[in-house]
Order: sequence, then C-alpha cells, then structure tokens
Amino acid sequence: MEENLTTASQAPVIIEKTRESGSKTIRNPRKVSAMFESAGAHLIMIITVILAIFPLLVILSTSFKQPADIFTTSVQLIPPHPTLDNYTHVLTDNGGIFFIWLFNSAKIAILTTILGVLLSAPAAYAVSRWNFIGKQALLLSFLVTQMFPGVLLLVPLYNLFAQFGLLDNFWGLVVAYATTALPFSVWMLKNFFDAIPKELDEAALVDGLGPFRTFWQIILPLTIPGVAVVAFFNFMAAWNEFMLAFSFLSDSHNLTLPVGIKDYVHNFGADWQYLTAASVLVTIPVLFAFLWAQRYLITGLTGGSVKS
Amino acid sequence: MATTANSTAPRVSQQDRRQRAQRLKLSGRAYLWLLPIIICMAVIVYYPLFYGLFLSFTNADQSNVAIHLGSVTLPASYKFIGIQNYISIISDWFNPTSDGAHILLQTAIWIVANSIFHFVFGLGLALILNRKMRFRTVYRVLLMVPWAMPQYVSAFAWLFLFNQQYGFIDVTLQSMGLPPIYWSSDPNWALVSVILVNVWLGIPFMTVTLLGGLQSIPTELYEASSIDGASRWQTFRHITLPMLRPIAFLITLLDVIWTFNLFSVIFLITQGGPFNRTQTLVTYAWTQAIQTPQKFGLGGAYGFIILAILLIFTIFYSRMLRSNETVY
Repeated sequence: MEENLTTASQAPVIIEKTRESGSKTIRNPRKVSAMFESAGAHLIMIITVILAIFPLLVILSTSFKQPADIFTTSVQLIPPHPTLDNYTHVLTDNGGIFFIWLFNSAKIAILTTILGVLLSAPAAYAVSRWNFIGKQALLLSFLVTQMFPGVLLLVPLYNLFAQFGLLDNFWGLVVAYATTALPFSVWMLKNFFDAIPKELDEAALVDGLGPFRTFWQIILPLTIPGVAVVAFFNFMAAWNEFMLAFSFLSDSHNLTLPVGIKDYVHNFGADWQYLTAASVLVTIPVLFAFLWAQRYLITGLTGGSVKS
Repeated sequence: MATTANSTAPRVSQQDRRQRAQRLKLSGRAYLWLLPIIICMAVIVYYPLFYGLFLSFTNADQSNVAIHLGSVTLPASYKFIGIQNYISIISDWFNPTSDGAHILLQTAIWIVANSIFHFVFGLGLALILNRKMRFRTVYRVLLMVPWAMPQYVSAFAWLFLFNQQYGFIDVTLQSMGLPPIYWSSDPNWALVSVILVNVWLGIPFMTVTLLGGLQSIPTELYEASSIDGASRWQTFRHITLPMLRPIAFLITLLDVIWTFNLFSVIFLITQGGPFNRTQTLVTYAWTQAIQTPQKFGLGGAYGFIILAILLIFTIFYSRMLRSNETVY
C-alpha cells in the first residue's frame, strides 16, 4: 500500500521519463527505477534548497566580511578575513539606538498580536457558528478589501492619523497592523472553529452555559493551535512591516527595526557591511520562530478548504 | 383543496415568524460579537477606501487639498471632474506612445509569470516532499527560508546579488568568461530580476499549502486505483489533480490578488525603473499618487480600476473552474 501511495505522488517525475524513453521502462525492474527516482528527488531537493537559502548565506557571509573583501570582483562565500566589527558597529552606533528600535519593534509586534487575537477570535467564532443575516455579504466585503492595493490607502490613512495625532505614535501602527491582518486572521480561525463539532456547543448550551462562556471556556481552549497560528501571523506581519512604519514614523527614537535599518541604504549605494549585519540580527529570531511554527501554519491554511 | 390551504397557512406563517424572530435575535448577537472588528475595519480600511473613491472623481492633488498648519486651515479647492481620471488612465492603455500601454503589458507579464512559476514549482516540490524520503523534514524546513525571511531583508540580499560590479551573479558570469548581465540598466533584465525575486519569495507558500492538500487526499482512493490497474499518470490525472482542486483554486486566486498588489519587492529592487519598464499598475499608481506629482484623485481611480480587474477575474475564474467540474 505504501508503495502505491508514493508512486502516485511522483507522477511529474514519471511524466518526463515517459516522454524520454517510452512507458515500457517504468515497468522494468522496480528497484532500479526506484533508486533512480530517489536519487533524482534528492538532487532536485538539494538544488532547490541551495537556491532557497542562498541569499541568506550571502548576507550572513557578507556580515562577517571587511569592506575590502565585500567590494572585490572575486567570488568568496567564506569570509577570507572574518570580523565581528560590523556587528559591534551596528549594536553601538548612535549610542546603541539599535536596541531602542528593537524594543519598539517588539512592543508593536506584541501589542499587535494581542489585539489581533482579541479582535478576531470572537468574530471568527460568530462567523463559524451562527448563520446570521448578511454573513455572506460581510465575508465577501472582507475578500474585496484584499483586492484594493494597500499602498494606495496610505494617503487617506495618513490624513486620518494626522487628525488624531497618531502619526508618530506606536498605537496607530498597532491598530493599523491588527486591522489589516483581520480578514486573514478571521478566515484562519474560522477554519479551526469549523473543525470542532457543533454538538459540543449544544452540549454546553444544555448544561446552561451562555454563548460567551461556551466560546471562552469550552471552544477556545480547544483551538489553541489555531490561536497560536493567528498570533504568530500577526506578530510576523507587524515585525516585518515596512511601508506604513516608514511613512508614519519620523522621530528616530520611535522607529521600528526595518525603518531604522533602511538608513544604511542611501542614495549613492549602501553600507553593505552594516546593512547585512543588521539584517542578520533581525532575521535570525523570526527565522527560528517561523521554522518552529510552520507545521501549525499548514493546518491553519489548509484546514477548512480541504475535506478529508 | 382550498380548505387545506387555509388551515395550514396560519400555522406555517406562525412558525415562519418564530423562526424569523429567532434569526433576528441571533443576528443581533452575532453583530455584537463582530462589532469590534467592524469598527476597526470601518476606520482603517473602509473609510480610506471610500475616501479614495470620492477623490477619484475629483482633480485633487497636492496643490488643492485642505492644509492644516497649526490653527490655520486652508480649505480644499479641488473640483469634481466626473470620470475623467478613469478615462485618462484607460485611454493611456491604448496609446502606444505613452507609458500606459507598456505598463499594462508589464503587469500582465508580471502576474502570469509569477503565478505560473509559483504554482508549477510549488506543485512539483510538494509532490516530491509528499513521498517518503530521507531528510524530508530538513528539506521542507530549509525550503521555507524565503517565506520566513523579512521581505525587505530578502530584497536587500537580492539587490546585492544583482549588483553589476560586485554582485555574485555577474562576478560568477565574468569569471567564466561570459558577459555580465546589466540587471539595473537593461529594461528586460530588470523585469526578469523582479520576477525572479518574487518567484523565489512565493514558492514556499505554494509548496506548503499544496503539500497540505496532498496529504489530506484519502489513501483509499490510491488503493482503489492501483487495484484497478491505473498507471501513475492516470492516477495523477484522475485522482491527485481533481482532489487538489479546492485548495489549488483558493491559493492560486489569492496568489494572483497578492501578486497584483505587490509593491515592496519592485519598490525596493528597481523603483519601477529603468524608464518605468518594471512598473506594474500598482507601483505606477503609487508613483503618481504618492510620489512627486501627488495626484490623489488619479491614485484613487487607479485603486478602483485594479479592484474592478481583480473582481472580474475572481468571478470568471470561479465560474470557469465550476463549469469544468463536470469533466471529472
């Protein structure tokens, strides 16, 4: 049975083979062809993995290089004269302002995460459980907002925030990030709620629990993986966002990491050694968080649309 | 006949009324639960959206919008100009000497290339990862790196790779005695470079979601097809592909929407240059509405034209897929 499953899923590899050598070869001794296939699969995987991580390797390697070794015309992936100077410069530059940006980024990302989950969880539960009037229209309007280019909302939003004094203020960004992530958060959590049998709600109702306590005490604890996915998604969106922060923040002590780091890029080029060192520092934590969270992410993304 | 109708009608309407009252009560409760997100969406998304729609019928720009300078307020002096913004954008598309025509073409190339490469590579990798193999988890985790890196960091990394003097690609080409590629000054290569970066960025999402779809196909189907003596191609064609349809439909649709509206990659890598030859509708709208000319009205019109294109695409795409369903 196992073998049938694997053969079925290798179809594209086969397609090419059939074209090359006719369909007879597949039915020849299975072991030999299975070995070739496995070797081919590993080869493809290794090449794609190298392509996938190559840019990361390049910034990692550049961040340990001295300027003279960066601007050369020979290919050196391993730094010939490794140095930590770029990192010490980035961390101590301008009185250690990097740590202030780090703090700002972390604060905004954490608050966005909390707000995003608090807003989306009850809404997703309502959408999942109750067939209320105008539900389809509401969901459709969420989808439609995704079709309007976000960057064009920048000017009206800028004017709005200016009126409320939210421009150089982290609360403005927190609300904007959590809200723009809402359609995705609600849709994702709805998938998780849908997966929990409705009989559970009915049983809770029979036991005399109100709708809110049913949601809060019975259903929500069962969807912790879903909440984790949405929390993670909100955190990543806020941590990595560039355009809004770039447009709204002005005081150098209020900047987030992406906007602060952008200073190493200027009109005449970039301080690549500092830019790459700072990029590595920003990337490493989210990279590990992402790799940890990705298995939950898969269920969150596919949970509702694929029926098994 | 008449009597039966008379006797059942009141009962039905009573039941009907009760049901309607119940649904109304339920809806009230649902909207109470939805109130926080509706308020947030209204302020952060819908208000700017409708404000943009309003401006798209005016000639609003930098020079004539209301200005607040401390206590002094200069009132707005823009006028309604009907659908002139829309007409000027669309007529530009059919004027071969203007930027509009080639920006439309570039947008089409950008979307078609990205979504096809995303899907083909994503499906290929998902099919390989779906089989039992050694190091499968290692491969899968490492393939996620482009998705996990902050997008602006990836853009910087690629910008460095594309550097004509010290960049890895051109240095390698030259060391092999080949001519360098003029990534930033040759319009065609510049377009290739932004597409390349976005293809690289988008493959992990496709791979992960399609892998999730593949793993949820019941194994009984494959068992049955092997009993029936189906070839692997037949199995792929008649089981794997149809079973992947729902998820494939959803993510390709999302991919087209996201790719259409993607701004940061082009902005960080080419700024739409050289000579606007890597602009898409969205980045061009941005340069018109937010960069130097600051034609807010025109920007709003662009936004709604893009919205309309994506809406029409969504409707046709879902129709097309639904009508194809009978084939299987």
